[in-house]
Amino acid sequence: MTSSLALAVTAGVLIAAGVYLLTERSLTRILMGVLVMSNGVNLLFLVAMGRAGRPAIIGSTDPEAMSDPLPQAMVLTAIVITMAVSAFVVTMAYRSFQLNGNDEVSDDVEDARIRALAERDDVSDSYEDIKFSDTGEDVVSE
Amino acid sequence: MLLTLIIALFVVATMAQVWTRWLGRNSFALVALAPAVAFGWALTLAPKISRGEHHTETYPWIPTLGVKLSFHIGLVQWLLMLVVTGIGALILLYCRWYFANIQTRTLGLLVAFAGAMVGLVTADDLVVLYVFWELTTVFSYLLIGHDSSRRANRAAAMTALIVTTFGGLAMLVGIVTLGLHADTFSLQTILSHPPTGAAVTVGALLMLVGALSKSALVPFHFWLPGAMAAPTPVSAYLHAATMVKAGVFLVAMLAPTFAGVPGWRVAVTLLGATTMIMGGWRALRQNDLKLLLAYGTVSQLGFITMLVGLGTKAGAQAGIAMLLAHALFKGTLFLALGVVDHSTGTRDLTKLSGVGRQLPVLAVLTGLAAASMAGLPPLFGFVAKEGALDALVKLTGGDGTGALPAPTVLLLAAVVLGSALTMAYSLRFWWGAFAPKPQVATTPVTHRPEIGFQIAPWLLGLASLVLGFLGGPLTRLLSGYVDAVPTGKQPHSLALWYGFTWPLMLSLVALGLGVLLFWFRSEVSQIQSTFPEVAAADEIYRRVMRMIDGIAVETTARTQRGSLASTLSIILSVFVLGVAGALVTRRNWPDELLVADSWAQAAVALLTCVAALNLMWVRGRVRAVLTVGATGYGTALLFLLHGAPDLALTQVLVETASVLIFLLVMRSLPKYFTDRPLHSSRWWRLLLAVAVGATVTTAIMVAASSRTHDPVSKGLETVAYEFGYGKNIVNVILVDTRAWDTLGELTVLVAAATGVAALIFLRARVTERRHGGRRRVGRDSTGGWLRGTVSLNPGSRSLIFEVTTRLLFGIMMIASIHLLIAGHNSPGGGFAGGLVAGLALVVRYLAAGAAELEEAAPIDAGRLLGAGLLVAIATALVPAFFGGRIFQSYHITIGWPDVPRVGSLHLVSSTAFDIGVYLIVVGMVLDVVRSLGAGIDQQASDQKTPLPLPDSTTAVPASARADSTGGSR
Repeated sequence: MTSSLALAVTAGVLIAAGVYLLTERSLTRILMGVLVMSNGVNLLFLVAMGRAGRPAIIGSTDPEAMSDPLPQAMVLTAIVITMAVSAFVVTMAYRSFQLNGNDEVSDDVEDARIRALAERDDVSDSYEDIKFSDTGEDVVSE
Repeated sequence: MLLTLIIALFVVATMAQVWTRWLGRNSFALVALAPAVAFGWALTLAPKISRGEHHTETYPWIPTLGVKLSFHIGLVQWLLMLVVTGIGALILLYCRWYFANIQTRTLGLLVAFAGAMVGLVTADDLVVLYVFWELTTVFSYLLIGHDSSRRANRAAAMTALIVTTFGGLAMLVGIVTLGLHADTFSLQTILSHPPTGAAVTVGALLMLVGALSKSALVPFHFWLPGAMAAPTPVSAYLHAATMVKAGVFLVAMLAPTFAGVPGWRVAVTLLGATTMIMGGWRALRQNDLKLLLAYGTVSQLGFITMLVGLGTKAGAQAGIAMLLAHALFKGTLFLALGVVDHSTGTRDLTKLSGVGRQLPVLAVLTGLAAASMAGLPPLFGFVAKEGALDALVKLTGGDGTGALPAPTVLLLAAVVLGSALTMAYSLRFWWGAFAPKPQVATTPVTHRPEIGFQIAPWLLGLASLVLGFLGGPLTRLLSGYVDAVPTGKQPHSLALWYGFTWPLMLSLVALGLGVLLFWFRSEVSQIQSTFPEVAAADEIYRRVMRMIDGIAVETTARTQRGSLASTLSIILSVFVLGVAGALVTRRNWPDELLVADSWAQAAVALLTCVAALNLMWVRGRVRAVLTVGATGYGTALLFLLHGAPDLALTQVLVETASVLIFLLVMRSLPKYFTDRPLHSSRWWRLLLAVAVGATVTTAIMVAASSRTHDPVSKGLETVAYEFGYGKNIVNVILVDTRAWDTLGELTVLVAAATGVAALIFLRARVTERRHGGRRRVGRDSTGGWLRGTVSLNPGSRSLIFEVTTRLLFGIMMIASIHLLIAGHNSPGGGFAGGLVAGLALVVRYLAAGAAELEEAAPIDAGRLLGAGLLVAIATALVPAFFGGRIFQSYHITIGWPDVPRVGSLHLVSSTAFDIGVYLIVVGMVLDVVRSLGAGIDQQASDQKTPLPLPDSTTAVPASARADSTGGSR
């Protein structure tokens, strides 16, 4: 099966632009990265469909000339989900401005805490040390 | 019938909330009927079981794996079922008085546990047995951790869960091994036609590990005392009478067949005897009477497991008798202790004194149970222990097992010592709970226990006495199981008296020794305290758990640096190295290269690339939005050129809607992105981006050219019409072939839309509308072209826009419905239709603001989303009610053959699914535009939006604004 190089290159360029933006700190830019990247990924499905064909509508054309419908259905799903998710992310950016005056994705505080734990050779909060003594001390009661 | 009973127990359990709301604490008495009914049903099997027959039930479950819901009630299963349901009913009744307030959770869990336990003891299919086995573990975990705010409960619950699940997993491996070698998962078939070989030996021993962990034998014993953190009725039921017997049950089932495998008898006798002595020894040290009983349980479980695990006739008979005796006396002791604890407020034996005089009946009947535990005649415990000693005396002669005399004599001595310890701690318990102690003031019984509260311990205590005289009938009943054991000599009948024999002598020795141990208790405890503390199994467990946690912390600290960019870079670098590495080493490059499908494609591709590259350097927010829109429209054109009109249509609509939505938000954000000096990291990011892009392009070209198989969609061009009744294959895939995917996607849309609304309104969608001062304009208002415009500032109105909107809205709505209905046969569908309708709403909002949006869609977006989801799910489920499959499509043609231009209306049931899609998409767009449009408008008038600083990339947060302007408002 041969596929169009132009499509594959376009997909690559879109994804590259997406990666560049995705590693930014501004949430709006990250969102732009997600959008352009998902466009690129959707183009990959076109490559997977093979050569360009006629619309996959029964009766309109010879089945041999039809484009592969399955990737199309997947892409259709992806497009609408991207829209919903991007609406959510842009709202997060807005909320971030509302609360902090910027939309920078800051470093995770929790990870810094865990690093501090590791340096102290400590255990996490989820570890609970308890001893059931057999001498009547530390009585486990209701 | 059995399966119905189990399901009924689970149903009663899930309705716990209903019962407690209705009856309060009395609900415990009501739900006690459920296990009582199961008990009654089991009793009706008595004639059948006593004839040596069995009851079986089988229902199909997973035929492809050979797993069936099959149940087998033979003698042992029947006895255990009686114990589980009978004691279960009594304990639920007891809970009515035990708990001071309503315990919905405990009630539900106890009944559900009873259901799981009945399933566990009656299941024949090992996989089903395993499922019930782990269910009891989970219920035990939840019941121990009933008060999650207390550390002791949490830690004890977790320990019990981890230890028993560890054993359970070992057992699962054993089950699979045995099942594969026997070619069946039926326990009865495996036992009657046992497979052989090294793997089977390992499998049987692994199942033994599961049993030992559940029954708290050394080295798994430590979870059981911890489990005493549960309420006393729970401890009595799960951790004394039933759940911990599951391991004994399994050993009793396997031993007749597998006791001969190498290592079995050694493990069972060694661990059993160690557990018996260690448990008894520790029980003597406890001042908390509940912990004393817990260690006593550990001790007894070791003893019983050892007996049934011997695999001799005598051992089997004595083991089952001990099991019954233990369930009765330990149930009594726990429940009586609960009564004492409840009425005096303590269960510390150093503080209790003279309770027996105040609760004489309870003291006497508990005394019977304690005597039964100690092995005093004429109680059932004595009868069972005589049988046990008889079995061990027989074992010293080999008894068909080939055991050498020296170790078996040692074993007998160990059991006599264990029995002496049992006698000592039985005395200690009764003395501790009821006896007057000269140096302690009499403990007042602050509130006298009701008769109902004491019924359960009374009945169980009496049963220990009555069964002592029923040795003969019980022996006949047990003969069905005992005769099936191939090894060993026929044991004596269970009886109170059969002459001066070795067992009786040994019993007397044990009892005398026990009395001495109790009499010199202060000396004994002094000796005990001189024993050094050694790192026992629980210490090893704690160290292992601490180590695992430490490893997790270290790994997380090393891999999670906390920066999104660096985490993504790591992931993407791995992707590049892995995929590009594979590409370079495999070297299967495409043979021929097609530059582009058409000139048009090449041109559009070039423009899209330019837009994407431009996007990387854009600094303005609005320009970025428009540029990303350009790549989207370019993609849409590429879709169209490739023969995917549905995609092109949807992409164009999505892109338009997205750009509009983004612009709605961008109006209150700073104009430019953060302007940072040129970092060196920028070049690294660029390098990574190029590497990822190049890898993707190369990989997809190689992958596409390597394809040898036909697409999976081949054949859909006929099937789509024959089964999906649609000509637009893409649409048929969405609403029929892969409708599950679409349903999943719809839930994502609902979640995202709800998230957007939540981030803006923070509370309910509706309150903002109702209390925000925005009401629908009255019907009689004369707003000109659009009604909502009356509330607008005249200076911000655009007459042309209003007129166009007025004309356009109707057309767009009709178009959207056309797309929805026609979508099954030509490009369109619920997504496209819903987006067009959504865009029509956006236009109304843009023309005349929030009030106009209310006019256009006077409905809560949440309702639309919910209705859409309901419609979609209903379409999925309805066919199942009419004998079809979930998501099956049906069609109906309504024809008007005489009217040429109209044609016929071909209705397909999956169109209803598409209507659900349509509603959800409209609901989502409405939710988003209401939040990001009207919601932000409202915030702007309340001065709650961020205020972009002039010549800066940051803004004043809303809170700071409120502070600075707070005085003026």
